[in-house]
Amino acid sequence: MIRVVLPAHLKNLAHVTGPVTLEVTGPHAGPVTQRLVLDTLEARYPMLLGTIRDRHSGKRRAFVRFYACEEDLSNESPDAPLPERVVAGEEPFIILGAMAGG
Amino acid sequence: MSGVRVLVGTRKGAFTLTSDGRRGDWTVEGPHFGGWEIYHLTGSPADPNRLYASQSGGWFGQLIQRSDDGGRNWTTVGNDFAYTGEVGEHLWYDGTPRPWEFKRIWHLEPSRDDPDTVYAGAEDAALYVTTDGGQKWTELTALRTHPTGPSWQPGAGGMCLHTIILDPVNKDRIYVAISAAGAFRSDDAGASWLPINKGLRSGEIPDQDSEVGHCVHHITQHPSRPDTLFMQKHWDVLRSDDAGANWREVSGNLPSDFGFPIAVHAHEPETIYVVPIKSDSEHYPPEGKLRVYRSRTGGDDWEPLTKGLPQSDCYVNVYRDAMAVDTLDPCGIYFGTTGGQVYHSADGGDSWAPIVRDLPAVLSVEAQVLP
Repeated sequence: MIRVVLPAHLKNLAHVTGPVTLEVTGPHAGPVTQRLVLDTLEARYPMLLGTIRDRHSGKRRAFVRFYACEEDLSNESPDAPLPERVVAGEEPFIILGAMAGG
Repeated sequence: MSGVRVLVGTRKGAFTLTSDGRRGDWTVEGPHFGGWEIYHLTGSPADPNRLYASQSGGWFGQLIQRSDDGGRNWTTVGNDFAYTGEVGEHLWYDGTPRPWEFKRIWHLEPSRDDPDTVYAGAEDAALYVTTDGGQKWTELTALRTHPTGPSWQPGAGGMCLHTIILDPVNKDRIYVAISAAGAFRSDDAGASWLPINKGLRSGEIPDQDSEVGHCVHHITQHPSRPDTLFMQKHWDVLRSDDAGANWREVSGNLPSDFGFPIAVHAHEPETIYVVPIKSDSEHYPPEGKLRVYRSRTGGDDWEPLTKGLPQSDCYVNVYRDAMAVDTLDPCGIYFGTTGGQVYHSADGGDSWAPIVRDLPAVLSVEAQVLP
Protein backbone atom coordinates (compact mmCIF):
# COMPACT_ATOMS: atom_id res chain seq x y z
CA MET A 1 0.00 0.00 0.00
CA ILE A 2 1.29 3.43 -0.89
CA ARG A 3 0.35 6.52 1.05
CA VAL A 4 -0.15 9.69 -0.98
CA VAL A 5 -0.36 13.06 0.69
CA LEU A 6 -2.34 15.61 -1.32
CA PRO A 7 -2.25 19.39 -0.98
CA ALA A 8 -5.31 20.97 0.64
CA HIS A 9 -6.96 22.10 -2.60
CA LEU A 10 -6.75 18.61 -4.10
CA LYS A 11 -7.99 17.02 -0.89
CA ASN A 12 -11.04 19.24 -1.14
CA LEU A 13 -11.58 18.24 -4.74
CA ALA A 14 -11.21 14.55 -3.95
CA HIS A 15 -13.38 14.86 -0.80
CA VAL A 16 -10.72 13.31 1.43
CA THR A 17 -9.32 14.67 4.66
CA GLY A 18 -6.09 12.72 5.17
CA PRO A 19 -3.52 10.73 3.22
CA VAL A 20 -4.85 8.53 0.44
CA THR A 21 -3.90 4.88 0.55
CA LEU A 22 -3.50 3.17 -2.81
CA GLU A 23 -3.02 -0.44 -3.76
CA VAL A 24 -0.43 -0.15 -6.51
CA THR A 25 0.99 -3.02 -8.44
CA GLY A 26 3.40 -2.62 -11.31
CA PRO A 27 2.51 -4.11 -14.69
CA HIS A 28 3.86 -7.63 -14.84
CA ALA A 29 5.15 -7.11 -11.32
CA GLY A 30 7.45 -4.36 -12.57
CA PRO A 31 8.65 -1.47 -10.43
CA VAL A 32 6.28 0.94 -8.73
CA THR A 33 6.82 4.28 -10.42
CA GLN A 34 5.58 7.84 -10.13
CA ARG A 35 3.52 7.29 -13.29
CA LEU A 36 1.89 4.19 -11.85
CA VAL A 37 1.03 5.93 -8.59
CA LEU A 38 -0.49 8.90 -10.43
CA ASP A 39 -2.39 6.65 -12.84
CA THR A 40 -3.84 4.77 -9.87
CA LEU A 41 -4.63 7.98 -8.00
CA GLU A 42 -6.43 9.51 -10.99
CA ALA A 43 -8.36 6.29 -11.63
CA ARG A 44 -9.63 6.35 -8.03
CA TYR A 45 -10.25 10.12 -8.03
CA PRO A 46 -11.03 11.19 -11.62
CA MET A 47 -11.74 14.75 -10.48
CA LEU A 48 -7.98 15.09 -10.11
CA LEU A 49 -7.38 14.50 -13.81
CA GLY A 50 -5.47 17.45 -15.20
CA THR A 51 -4.70 19.00 -11.81
CA ILE A 52 -1.35 17.29 -11.20
CA ARG A 53 -0.15 16.65 -14.74
CA ASP A 54 -1.26 17.66 -18.18
CA ARG A 55 -4.07 15.45 -19.42
CA HIS A 56 -2.48 14.90 -22.80
CA SER A 57 1.29 15.20 -22.48
CA GLY A 58 1.35 13.63 -19.00
CA LYS A 59 3.89 16.25 -17.93
CA ARG A 60 3.88 17.45 -14.34
CA ARG A 61 2.20 20.84 -14.02
CA ALA A 62 4.79 23.53 -13.59
CA PHE A 63 3.85 24.47 -10.01
CA VAL A 64 3.35 20.96 -8.68
CA ARG A 65 6.11 19.14 -6.78
CA PHE A 66 6.64 15.51 -5.72
CA TYR A 67 8.57 14.81 -2.52
CA ALA A 68 9.37 11.57 -0.72
CA CYS A 69 11.93 10.51 1.88
CA GLU A 70 13.08 14.13 2.15
CA GLU A 71 14.01 14.13 -1.54
CA ASP A 72 12.57 16.22 -4.36
CA LEU A 73 11.47 13.70 -6.97
CA SER A 74 9.74 16.27 -9.17
CA ASN A 75 12.24 16.05 -11.98
CA GLU A 76 12.84 12.33 -11.78
CA SER A 77 11.68 10.26 -14.72
CA PRO A 78 8.03 9.29 -14.23
CA ASP A 79 9.11 5.74 -14.98
CA ALA A 80 11.90 5.58 -12.41
CA PRO A 81 11.26 3.24 -9.46
CA LEU A 82 10.06 5.04 -6.35
CA PRO A 83 12.10 4.66 -3.13
CA GLU A 84 11.60 1.35 -1.40
CA ARG A 85 10.30 3.00 1.77
CA VAL A 86 7.51 4.62 -0.30
CA VAL A 87 6.67 1.34 -1.98
CA ALA A 88 6.59 -0.35 1.44
CA GLY A 89 4.20 2.30 2.75
CA GLU A 90 6.68 3.48 5.37
CA GLU A 91 7.07 6.95 3.84
CA PRO A 92 4.39 8.90 1.97
CA PHE A 93 4.57 10.13 -1.59
CA ILE A 94 3.88 13.84 -1.15
CA ILE A 95 2.22 15.96 -3.83
CA LEU A 96 2.25 19.68 -3.12
CA GLY A 97 1.93 23.07 -4.70
CA ALA A 98 5.22 24.86 -5.27
CA MET A 99 6.04 28.15 -3.62
CA ALA A 100 4.65 30.28 -6.41
CA GLY A 101 2.91 33.25 -4.87
CA GLY A 102 -0.78 33.82 -5.18
CA MET B 1 -42.34 37.45 -4.45
CA SER B 2 -39.55 36.53 -6.81
CA GLY B 3 -35.98 36.74 -5.64
CA VAL B 4 -32.59 37.58 -7.04
CA ARG B 5 -29.35 35.62 -6.87
CA VAL B 6 -26.15 37.37 -7.87
CA LEU B 7 -23.31 35.05 -8.84
CA VAL B 8 -19.87 36.48 -8.17
CA GLY B 9 -16.56 35.04 -9.34
CA THR B 10 -13.42 36.39 -7.68
CA ARG B 11 -9.67 35.89 -7.60
CA LYS B 12 -10.04 33.64 -4.56
CA GLY B 13 -13.39 31.92 -4.79
CA ALA B 14 -17.06 32.23 -5.67
CA PHE B 15 -19.85 33.95 -3.74
CA THR B 16 -23.62 34.05 -4.06
CA LEU B 17 -25.62 37.10 -2.97
CA THR B 18 -29.35 36.60 -2.54
CA SER B 19 -32.28 38.87 -1.86
CA ASP B 20 -36.00 39.02 -2.33
CA GLY B 21 -37.46 41.03 -5.19
CA ARG B 22 -37.19 44.29 -3.25
CA ARG B 23 -33.42 43.92 -3.35
CA GLY B 24 -32.92 45.69 -0.07
CA ASP B 25 -31.50 43.06 2.27
CA TRP B 26 -28.87 40.64 1.05
CA THR B 27 -27.41 37.36 2.22
CA VAL B 28 -23.81 36.64 1.28
CA GLU B 29 -22.67 33.02 0.97
CA GLY B 30 -19.17 31.79 0.21
CA PRO B 31 -16.43 31.44 -0.54
CA HIS B 32 -17.05 28.39 -2.63
CA PHE B 33 -13.81 26.95 -4.05
CA GLY B 34 -11.79 29.17 -1.72
CA GLY B 35 -8.35 30.00 -3.05
CA TRP B 36 -9.22 29.31 -6.68
CA GLU B 37 -9.74 31.88 -9.42
CA ILE B 38 -13.34 31.82 -10.54
CA TYR B 39 -13.26 33.56 -13.89
CA HIS B 40 -16.95 32.99 -14.43
CA LEU B 41 -19.91 31.73 -12.42
CA THR B 42 -23.21 31.63 -14.27
CA GLY B 43 -26.61 29.99 -14.41
CA SER B 44 -28.77 28.39 -17.05
CA PRO B 45 -31.59 30.60 -18.35
CA ALA B 46 -33.62 27.42 -18.73
CA ASP B 47 -33.08 26.22 -15.16
CA PRO B 48 -31.89 28.74 -12.59
CA ASN B 49 -30.74 26.00 -10.25
CA ARG B 50 -28.24 24.75 -12.82
CA LEU B 51 -25.03 26.67 -12.27
CA TYR B 52 -21.62 26.36 -13.88
CA ALA B 53 -18.29 27.66 -12.58
CA SER B 54 -14.96 28.02 -14.29
CA GLN B 55 -12.45 27.19 -11.55
CA SER B 56 -8.76 27.63 -12.27
CA GLY B 57 -5.44 28.38 -10.72
CA GLY B 58 -1.75 28.52 -11.43
CA TRP B 59 -0.98 25.40 -9.43
CA PHE B 60 -3.64 22.91 -10.44
CA GLY B 61 -5.06 24.12 -13.75
CA GLN B 62 -8.62 24.23 -15.02
CA LEU B 63 -11.72 22.61 -13.59
CA ILE B 64 -15.39 23.07 -14.33
CA GLN B 65 -17.91 22.74 -11.51
CA ARG B 66 -21.63 22.19 -11.87
CA SER B 67 -24.43 22.64 -9.36
CA ASP B 68 -27.94 21.28 -9.83
CA ASP B 69 -29.37 22.90 -6.71
CA GLY B 70 -28.60 26.57 -7.02
CA GLY B 71 -25.10 26.39 -5.60
CA ARG B 72 -25.56 24.37 -2.41
CA ASN B 73 -23.72 21.35 -3.79
CA TRP B 74 -21.15 21.18 -6.57
CA THR B 75 -19.69 18.41 -8.72
CA THR B 76 -16.60 18.53 -10.90
CA VAL B 77 -17.42 17.78 -14.50
CA GLY B 78 -15.20 17.48 -17.56
CA ASN B 79 -12.04 19.54 -17.91
CA ASP B 80 -10.54 18.06 -21.06
CA PHE B 81 -10.23 21.13 -23.26
CA ALA B 82 -8.15 19.78 -26.09
CA TYR B 83 -7.38 21.64 -29.29
CA THR B 84 -8.70 19.36 -31.99
CA GLY B 85 -6.53 18.45 -34.95
CA GLU B 86 -3.51 20.52 -35.89
CA VAL B 87 -2.89 22.97 -33.08
CA GLY B 88 -1.41 25.69 -35.27
CA GLU B 89 0.34 28.90 -34.30
CA HIS B 90 -0.58 32.49 -33.57
CA LEU B 91 1.61 35.53 -33.03
CA TRP B 92 3.30 36.03 -29.69
CA TYR B 93 3.87 39.47 -28.15
CA ASP B 94 7.23 39.77 -29.91
CA GLY B 95 5.72 38.95 -33.29
CA THR B 96 7.07 35.42 -33.50
CA PRO B 97 4.81 32.41 -34.14
CA ARG B 98 3.79 30.46 -31.05
CA PRO B 99 1.69 27.30 -30.76
CA TRP B 100 -1.77 27.61 -29.24
CA GLU B 101 -1.57 26.65 -25.57
CA PHE B 102 -4.62 26.15 -23.35
CA LYS B 103 -4.54 28.24 -20.18
CA ARG B 104 -8.06 28.66 -18.79
CA ILE B 105 -11.75 29.13 -19.49
CA TRP B 106 -12.74 32.77 -19.26
CA HIS B 107 -16.45 32.60 -19.99
CA LEU B 108 -19.27 30.06 -19.88
CA GLU B 109 -22.45 30.75 -21.86
CA PRO B 110 -25.31 28.35 -21.18
CA SER B 111 -27.89 27.74 -23.88
CA ARG B 112 -31.08 29.72 -23.58
CA ASP B 113 -33.24 26.60 -23.59
CA ASP B 114 -31.15 23.54 -22.67
CA PRO B 115 -29.45 23.40 -19.24
CA ASP B 116 -27.03 20.72 -20.49
CA THR B 117 -25.70 22.79 -23.38
CA VAL B 118 -23.01 25.32 -22.57
CA TYR B 119 -20.42 27.16 -24.65
CA ALA B 120 -17.00 27.92 -23.19
CA GLY B 121 -14.49 30.54 -24.27
CA ALA B 122 -10.82 29.70 -23.71
CA GLU B 123 -7.42 31.33 -23.49
CA ASP B 124 -5.63 30.72 -25.91
CA ALA B 125 -8.68 31.60 -27.94
CA ALA B 126 -10.97 28.72 -28.78
CA LEU B 127 -14.65 27.95 -28.45
CA TYR B 128 -15.94 24.72 -26.89
CA VAL B 129 -19.40 23.30 -26.41
CA THR B 130 -20.86 20.62 -24.17
CA THR B 131 -24.28 19.06 -24.64
CA ASP B 132 -24.16 16.73 -21.63
CA GLY B 133 -23.93 19.15 -18.76
CA GLY B 134 -20.20 19.65 -18.92
CA GLN B 135 -18.93 16.08 -18.98
CA LYS B 136 -17.49 16.27 -22.49
CA TRP B 137 -16.31 19.41 -24.25
CA THR B 138 -15.90 19.59 -28.03
CA GLU B 139 -14.03 22.34 -29.78
CA LEU B 140 -15.75 24.24 -32.57
CA THR B 141 -12.51 24.28 -34.51
CA ALA B 142 -13.51 26.58 -37.36
CA LEU B 143 -12.91 29.61 -35.17
CA ARG B 144 -9.35 28.81 -34.09
CA THR B 145 -8.48 27.64 -37.60
CA HIS B 146 -9.93 30.74 -39.26
CA PRO B 147 -7.53 31.94 -41.99
CA THR B 148 -6.72 35.01 -39.89
CA GLY B 149 -5.78 32.87 -36.85
CA PRO B 150 -2.03 32.88 -37.47
CA SER B 151 -2.11 36.70 -37.23
CA TRP B 152 -3.98 36.86 -33.92
CA GLN B 153 -1.90 38.30 -31.10
CA PRO B 154 -2.69 38.38 -27.36
CA GLY B 155 -3.53 41.56 -25.51
CA ALA B 156 -2.02 42.26 -22.11
CA GLY B 157 -4.56 39.98 -20.45
CA GLY B 158 -3.87 37.07 -22.76
CA MET B 159 -5.45 35.85 -25.97
CA CYS B 160 -8.78 35.10 -24.41
CA LEU B 161 -12.19 34.39 -25.86
CA HIS B 162 -14.21 36.34 -23.31
CA THR B 163 -17.58 37.10 -24.89
CA ILE B 164 -20.13 34.64 -26.28
CA ILE B 165 -23.61 35.72 -27.39
CA LEU B 166 -26.12 33.11 -28.50
CA ASP B 167 -28.60 34.90 -30.72
CA PRO B 168 -32.12 34.69 -29.26
CA VAL B 169 -33.87 34.52 -32.65
CA ASN B 170 -31.49 32.89 -35.09
CA LYS B 171 -30.47 29.69 -33.33
CA ASP B 172 -27.51 29.16 -35.63
CA ARG B 173 -26.02 32.61 -34.98
CA ILE B 174 -23.23 33.01 -32.43
CA TYR B 175 -21.11 36.06 -31.69
CA VAL B 176 -17.74 35.86 -29.94
CA ALA B 177 -15.04 38.37 -29.08
CA ILE B 178 -11.35 37.72 -28.55
CA SER B 179 -8.61 39.92 -27.09
CA ALA B 180 -6.92 41.11 -29.21
CA ALA B 181 -8.25 39.50 -32.39
CA GLY B 182 -11.66 41.17 -32.49
CA ALA B 183 -15.26 40.13 -32.96
CA PHE B 184 -16.53 37.22 -35.03
CA ARG B 185 -19.95 35.93 -36.06
CA SER B 186 -21.10 32.52 -37.10
CA ASP B 187 -24.40 32.00 -38.91
CA ASP B 188 -24.09 28.22 -39.04
CA ALA B 189 -23.75 27.23 -35.38
CA GLY B 190 -19.98 27.57 -35.37
CA ALA B 191 -19.15 25.74 -38.59
CA SER B 192 -17.68 28.92 -40.10
CA TRP B 193 -16.86 32.41 -38.85
CA LEU B 194 -16.84 35.93 -40.22
CA PRO B 195 -14.73 38.70 -38.68
CA ILE B 196 -17.07 41.60 -37.86
CA ASN B 197 -14.76 44.51 -37.15
CA LYS B 198 -15.60 47.01 -39.89
CA GLY B 199 -15.71 50.53 -38.53
CA LEU B 200 -13.51 49.88 -35.50
CA ARG B 201 -10.60 52.29 -35.15
CA SER B 202 -7.65 51.29 -32.96
CA GLY B 203 -4.54 53.41 -32.62
CA GLU B 204 -2.64 50.37 -31.41
CA ILE B 205 -2.66 48.73 -34.86
CA PRO B 206 -1.21 50.24 -38.03
CA ASP B 207 -3.95 49.35 -40.50
CA GLN B 208 -7.33 50.74 -39.46
CA ASP B 209 -9.09 48.62 -42.06
CA SER B 210 -7.53 45.43 -40.74
CA GLU B 211 -9.96 42.54 -40.65
CA VAL B 212 -8.69 41.50 -37.20
CA GLY B 213 -6.44 42.83 -34.45
CA HIS B 214 -8.84 45.12 -32.61
CA CYS B 215 -8.97 44.70 -28.86
CA VAL B 216 -12.65 44.21 -28.20
CA HIS B 217 -13.34 44.20 -24.46
CA HIS B 218 -16.99 43.23 -24.33
CA ILE B 219 -20.17 43.08 -26.43
CA THR B 220 -23.78 43.00 -25.31
CA GLN B 221 -27.16 42.66 -26.98
CA HIS B 222 -30.79 43.18 -26.01
CA PRO B 223 -32.85 40.10 -26.85
CA SER B 224 -35.63 42.16 -28.42
CA ARG B 225 -33.23 43.70 -30.97
CA PRO B 226 -30.83 40.94 -31.90
CA ASP B 227 -29.21 42.83 -34.77
CA THR B 228 -28.16 45.69 -32.48
CA LEU B 229 -24.90 45.13 -30.64
CA PHE B 230 -23.10 47.42 -28.20
CA MET B 231 -19.34 47.18 -27.77
CA GLN B 232 -16.83 48.46 -25.26
CA LYS B 233 -13.50 48.35 -27.04
CA HIS B 234 -10.05 48.95 -25.55
CA TRP B 235 -10.80 52.56 -26.36
CA ASP B 236 -14.20 53.60 -27.79
CA VAL B 237 -17.78 52.57 -27.22
CA LEU B 238 -19.51 51.49 -30.40
CA ARG B 239 -22.76 50.11 -31.73
CA SER B 240 -23.81 48.07 -34.71
CA ASP B 241 -27.34 47.84 -36.06
CA ASP B 242 -26.65 45.22 -38.68
CA ALA B 243 -25.43 42.23 -36.67
CA GLY B 244 -21.87 43.48 -36.56
CA ALA B 245 -21.40 44.13 -40.27
CA ASN B 246 -20.69 47.81 -39.54
CA TRP B 247 -19.85 49.66 -36.34
CA ARG B 248 -20.01 53.33 -35.42
CA GLU B 249 -18.56 55.05 -32.40
CA VAL B 250 -21.04 56.31 -29.77
CA SER B 251 -18.59 57.43 -27.08
CA GLY B 252 -20.07 60.94 -27.20
CA ASN B 253 -19.52 62.90 -24.01
CA LEU B 254 -17.97 60.14 -21.89
CA PRO B 255 -15.07 61.42 -19.74
CA SER B 256 -13.03 58.47 -21.03
CA ASP B 257 -14.10 55.90 -23.58
CA PHE B 258 -11.70 53.29 -22.24
CA GLY B 259 -13.31 50.59 -20.14
CA PHE B 260 -14.22 46.94 -19.90
CA PRO B 261 -17.90 46.09 -19.28
CA ILE B 262 -20.97 47.25 -21.16
CA ALA B 263 -24.54 46.29 -20.28
CA VAL B 264 -28.01 46.95 -21.64
CA HIS B 265 -31.15 47.60 -19.57
CA ALA B 266 -33.48 44.59 -19.42
CA HIS B 267 -36.56 46.51 -20.58
CA GLU B 268 -35.17 49.48 -22.51
CA PRO B 269 -33.08 48.28 -25.44
CA GLU B 270 -31.57 51.72 -26.05
CA THR B 271 -30.48 52.23 -22.44
CA ILE B 272 -26.89 51.13 -21.95
CA TYR B 273 -24.29 51.32 -19.18
CA VAL B 274 -20.49 51.59 -19.12
CA VAL B 275 -17.90 52.31 -16.43
CA PRO B 276 -15.29 54.71 -17.82
CA ILE B 277 -11.70 53.95 -16.85
CA LYS B 278 -8.99 56.56 -17.20
CA SER B 279 -6.68 54.81 -19.67
CA ASP B 280 -5.10 51.58 -20.78
CA SER B 281 -2.26 52.06 -18.31
CA GLU B 282 -4.28 53.68 -15.54
CA HIS B 283 -6.93 51.10 -14.79
CA TYR B 284 -9.00 53.23 -12.43
CA PRO B 285 -11.82 55.74 -12.80
CA PRO B 286 -11.05 59.29 -13.96
CA GLU B 287 -10.60 61.74 -11.08
CA GLY B 288 -10.91 58.94 -8.53
CA LYS B 289 -14.70 59.02 -8.97
CA LEU B 290 -16.49 55.74 -9.54
CA ARG B 291 -19.19 56.64 -12.05
CA VAL B 292 -21.44 54.43 -14.09
CA TYR B 293 -22.47 56.23 -17.25
CA ARG B 294 -25.92 55.63 -18.70
CA SER B 295 -27.13 56.47 -22.16
CA ARG B 296 -30.86 56.34 -22.83
CA THR B 297 -30.26 56.96 -26.51
CA GLY B 298 -28.14 53.95 -27.37
CA GLY B 299 -24.95 55.96 -27.02
CA ASP B 300 -23.55 59.41 -27.87
CA ASP B 301 -25.41 61.16 -25.03
CA TRP B 302 -24.30 59.93 -21.60
CA GLU B 303 -25.15 60.89 -18.01
CA PRO B 304 -23.04 60.06 -14.94
CA LEU B 305 -24.67 57.97 -12.23
CA THR B 306 -23.01 58.73 -8.92
CA LYS B 307 -25.54 58.49 -6.12
CA GLY B 308 -24.20 55.98 -3.60
CA LEU B 309 -20.88 55.44 -5.40
CA PRO B 310 -17.57 56.75 -4.03
CA GLN B 311 -16.79 60.14 -5.55
CA SER B 312 -13.30 60.61 -4.22
CA ASP B 313 -10.16 58.54 -3.78
CA CYS B 314 -11.54 55.54 -5.66
CA TYR B 315 -9.02 53.65 -7.79
CA VAL B 316 -10.63 50.32 -8.56
CA ASN B 317 -11.29 48.72 -11.93
CA VAL B 318 -14.35 46.87 -13.20
CA TYR B 319 -13.60 43.87 -15.37
CA ARG B 320 -15.42 42.97 -18.56
CA ASP B 321 -17.62 40.20 -17.15
CA ALA B 322 -18.28 41.99 -13.87
CA MET B 323 -21.47 43.87 -14.78
CA ALA B 324 -24.95 42.39 -15.10
CA VAL B 325 -28.62 43.29 -15.08
CA ASP B 326 -31.63 41.49 -13.69
CA THR B 327 -35.02 41.31 -15.39
CA LEU B 328 -37.14 42.68 -12.57
CA ASP B 329 -39.03 45.96 -12.91
CA PRO B 330 -37.39 48.34 -12.15
CA CYS B 331 -34.32 46.78 -13.71
CA GLY B 332 -31.50 45.95 -11.32
CA ILE B 333 -27.90 46.71 -12.28
CA TYR B 334 -24.89 45.06 -10.61
CA PHE B 335 -21.15 45.41 -10.88
CA GLY B 336 -18.10 44.20 -8.98
CA THR B 337 -14.73 45.86 -8.61
CA THR B 338 -11.13 44.86 -8.25
CA GLY B 339 -11.40 46.24 -4.72
CA GLY B 340 -13.93 43.55 -3.82
CA GLN B 341 -17.05 45.68 -3.71
CA VAL B 342 -20.25 44.54 -5.38
CA TYR B 343 -22.59 47.46 -5.99
CA HIS B 344 -26.20 47.26 -7.05
CA SER B 345 -28.93 49.58 -8.17
CA ALA B 346 -32.58 48.57 -7.86
CA ASP B 347 -33.78 51.55 -9.88
CA GLY B 348 -32.06 51.29 -13.23
CA GLY B 349 -28.94 53.07 -12.05
CA ASP B 350 -30.38 56.17 -10.39
CA SER B 351 -28.97 55.15 -7.01
CA TRP B 352 -26.44 52.59 -5.84
CA ALA B 353 -25.48 50.73 -2.70
CA PRO B 354 -22.84 48.12 -1.90
CA ILE B 355 -24.13 44.61 -1.32
CA VAL B 356 -20.73 43.57 0.03
CA ARG B 357 -17.50 45.56 0.31
CA ASP B 358 -14.55 43.34 1.00
CA LEU B 359 -14.49 40.34 -1.31
CA PRO B 360 -11.37 39.36 -3.24
CA ALA B 361 -11.01 41.15 -6.58
CA VAL B 362 -14.18 40.52 -8.56
CA LEU B 363 -13.80 38.83 -11.95
CA SER B 364 -17.42 38.22 -12.91
CA VAL B 365 -20.96 39.10 -11.89
CA GLU B 366 -24.17 37.52 -13.13
CA ALA B 367 -27.74 38.11 -11.94
CA GLN B 368 -30.53 35.53 -11.82
CA VAL B 369 -34.18 36.16 -11.10
CA LEU B 370 -35.63 33.28 -9.10
CA PRO B 371 -39.26 32.22 -9.19
